[in-house]
Amino acid sequence: MFDFYFNFPLWFRLPLQGLAVILVLFPLAAACSMAERKISAWIQGRPGPNRTIAPILAWIPGMGVLQRLGIFQLAADGGKFTFKEDGVPGHVNKFYFILAPILAMIPALTTVAVVPFGAYLDSAGKLVPIMLANVDVGLLAVFAVSSLGVYSVILAGWASNSKYPFLGSVRASAQLISYELSMTLSVLPVFLLVNAPGGHGTLSLVDVVAMQSGGWHGFTAQSWHGLWGVCYLPLSAFIFLVALFAETNRQPFDMPESEADLVGGFHTEYGAFKWSLFFVAEYCHMIVGSGIFCLLFLGGWNLLPWLPLAKLAGLLGIAASPLLTGGLGIVIFLGKVAAFIFFFMWVRWTLPRFRYDQVMKIGWQRLLPLAIANLIFYLLAIALTQK
Amino acid sequence: MAVIQVSRKPLTFAERTYLPQIVGGLKTTLKHFFAPNDTMEYPEQRPAIPPGYRGVPTLVYDPHGREKCVSCQLCEFVCPPKAIRITPGAINPDDPTAHVEKRPQEFEIDMLRCIYCGLCQEVCPEEAIWLQNQYSTTGLSRAEMVNDKQKLYELGGTLPDEHFKWDKKKAAEGGGHAH
Repeated sequence: MFDFYFNFPLWFRLPLQGLAVILVLFPLAAACSMAERKISAWIQGRPGPNRTIAPILAWIPGMGVLQRLGIFQLAADGGKFTFKEDGVPGHVNKFYFILAPILAMIPALTTVAVVPFGAYLDSAGKLVPIMLANVDVGLLAVFAVSSLGVYSVILAGWASNSKYPFLGSVRASAQLISYELSMTLSVLPVFLLVNAPGGHGTLSLVDVVAMQSGGWHGFTAQSWHGLWGVCYLPLSAFIFLVALFAETNRQPFDMPESEADLVGGFHTEYGAFKWSLFFVAEYCHMIVGSGIFCLLFLGGWNLLPWLPLAKLAGLLGIAASPLLTGGLGIVIFLGKVAAFIFFFMWVRWTLPRFRYDQVMKIGWQRLLPLAIANLIFYLLAIALTQK
Repeated sequence: MAVIQVSRKPLTFAERTYLPQIVGGLKTTLKHFFAPNDTMEYPEQRPAIPPGYRGVPTLVYDPHGREKCVSCQLCEFVCPPKAIRITPGAINPDDPTAHVEKRPQEFEIDMLRCIYCGLCQEVCPEEAIWLQNQYSTTGLSRAEMVNDKQKLYELGGTLPDEHFKWDKKKAAEGGGHAH
């Protein structure tokens, strides 16, 4: 049944797969904006957007529930952003002003290429990850590409040629650089554990999940591999989490926007479709960031600790079907990502924004030493235990 | 006066990381997440109007169906934003309430001017003008926002009366006493 598809030449298949992933990621990011509005509303004791519905659909029974959930608001918002007049202010540098939102989308949609979002068992019973590009540099590629996102912010702030966007972009770049360090240092212990001494080295996220996919072998050392990363690398997970909030510019680290002191930050001068590109890019970063956190520390597509996907598929009797196993893996993974995105939004309404000096202080004086100490601790621990 | 130095307890390590406080905050927001909404979904759900509410000014009938306003124009004079305009008119001599002598021929309240101060209700000697429960007036033009007499009675309806002042006067008149 899949031979038909796999007989296509590679140059045809890869863009098709890429397009499919983008076509899922883009609406997912838009859905996140809706979820954000609903979750914000529920936390604040409001119902949130619940009126929009296309008159044609209103006749179908059961649509009321979707209407109450604000599903159609999504189409209304998207339609508005697409069709409203997209003005370019007179005082901006037009070329870079238009380039910036496009540059925001590129890294946001590129990083997803190396993120595995599911797995299936091939005929030999081997776990094959579902992803666009199973490259060995894995996480390094994500870090390299996603940090390019700051260029769009800088460019937007500079091209806008006014003070608030400029201040916002300067803050954003300082913040991103400060937290990138702790973020990278915090994931090193994960890869120290993945790469057994003497073996061939990898930075692939697939191998990180494979490390967390062990079964229960009684109270032996082997059972460690069934646990998720967050259990034996809690500090790494915590530092990564905090840095992730900073890197995705989410509250309490939304320095670049901070509407209270900077009007709208780097996108003050933007409107309509160009603004929505920034918006979607931010959510894409959030989704990919959550995905990477789930892969590194929450077991990726494994349902529970000591219950890897292969075993779960075996229990459900669907191990023979790549389609069902793959679907199950994707559903589990996306479920974790969704829960994580809920956490993002939950924190947004819990913590107030840090002051700029506090952000810098947390980044350089707290998180970075902590990340280094964490790395040294695991270096020693691994060196002593895995001789 | 002696200055009392209050020694502040130093923060514990857990407090200095802020993490327990953040967890506490997360618990609070989660509680609100599951709590029922505080918002009233307005056009479908209407707020309960408390007694004594001062909404749109209206004209009322007494329980016998007589319009209470005698167009004395006190409200028109007292109205601070000059929202009221009354055209007085005579009551037909063969009307059972002819002894009241006057009734408004036209009574207009411009709701674009009205400030809901209630002075008209306070000044009315006939208890004919009442600020009642209606709180929302809409219109597509300025002319639509002017409540005329018919509209004012429609909004006002009939309110209970304790005095029946004019019935008593009529009765007294019948007994030979001029009022």
